Amino acid sequence: MSTNNTVTDSSAISDVEGESLYDADFPAPLIEAPRKRTGKTPKSTRGNFEMAAWLFMRLSGVVLVVLVIGHLIIQLVLDGGVSKIGFAFVAGRWASPFWQVWDLLMLWLAMLHGGNGLRTVINDYAERATTRLWLKGLLYTATVFTILLGSLVIFTFDPNIR
Amino acid sequence: MATPVLDKVEAESAASPYITVTFRIRRFNPEVSDEAQWQDFQIDIDPKERVLDGLHKIKWELDGSLTFRRSCAHGICGSDAMRINGRNRLACKTLIKDINPDKPITVEPIKGLTVQKDLIVDMEPFFQAYRDVMPFLVTSGNEPTRERLQSAEDRERFDDTTKCILCAACTSSCPVFWNDGQYFGPAAIVNAHRFIFDSRDEAAEQRLEILNDKDGVWRCRTTFNCTDACPRGIEVTKAIQEVKRALITRRF
Repeated sequence: MSTNNTVTDSSAISDVEGESLYDADFPAPLIEAPRKRTGKTPKSTRGNFEMAAWLFMRLSGVVLVVLVIGHLIIQLVLDGGVSKIGFAFVAGRWASPFWQVWDLLMLWLAMLHGGNGLRTVINDYAERATTRLWLKGLLYTATVFTILLGSLVIFTFDPNIR
Repeated sequence: MATPVLDKVEAESAASPYITVTFRIRRFNPEVSDEAQWQDFQIDIDPKERVLDGLHKIKWELDGSLTFRRSCAHGICGSDAMRINGRNRLACKTLIKDINPDKPITVEPIKGLTVQKDLIVDMEPFFQAYRDVMPFLVTSGNEPTRERLQSAEDRERFDDTTKCILCAACTSSCPVFWNDGQYFGPAAIVNAHRFIFDSRDEAAEQRLEILNDKDGVWRCRTTFNCTDACPRGIEVTKAIQEVKRALITRRF
């Protein structure tokens, strides 16, 4: 909009006696939609990524219900609850490949599920392109870091560590 | 001597169907101010009349500068979708008695589109999304000399979505559309659905590809605002889910 329209006193009620700031030739600046859909809006060519992400959320959600609830019951309810958890307990569990796979699957699915959910939230709520870029950069870094670190621990776990 | 007169007045007012209703209208005039403000109008109106009749009364008798769209005024053209008491409705299909006339009735422009004046918004982004899904019959081969025949079951498949009047009540009630205006919006998807599931049409795959986009059906969060808002009773969210299902089943 025109620079002449920078209003200092933005009183909503027009002064009948005084001069109006705006008139037919010089209307108030319209509030544009942040990113208007027009004929020139670029067509996105992202293939089936959004569909894959949507499907992944549903499928991983179903699997995570089993994994996480099972995990919580084992860790917090059965056999003395949270007080039994120690280095020996974790070492004992990770001696079995079944629990290694369980924990690895839970780590990957939970991180990707949560990461994709946050990506959706950022897409929905971040208005400016730069905010979006930075938030997503932070999110992807944190996700990749946590997944890599967790996988490293599960694969290289040594119960005889000093 | 004064008593009979008083009695008569009282009896008359008891018989009169008119009640006093306050309309609280969101006014915006870019020639006066860059901010919108609420303005109250008190009118006497029969509660069996519609909100549109109230707006007419205000425009014709109280303030001629009140600006709003309406064409047929009978719920067919879809011009007068507005936010009445915080919900998107057609002013011509909303009776005063149904929306608690004891309290002020708030009337606002629909959200998510640029307000141009009072209750009028710029519908261009909405219609652009509509145009983007190719809302027309696409066929190949020679044009038949007779009608393109279709079984009753095939017609029934997309019957619900043929009822759309493009009033934008659904799209402008969608929080995903409010956010950045890039989402196709329920109305465009409903009108794509109408052709995707039409047995005579041959461009379903093309339309599905358009709606498979980043701003297509996958942005739907299933909040059901659109289904609640639709003045034609279209099951909008269901139609969107059917498009999602078609996208998945066609590829796997």
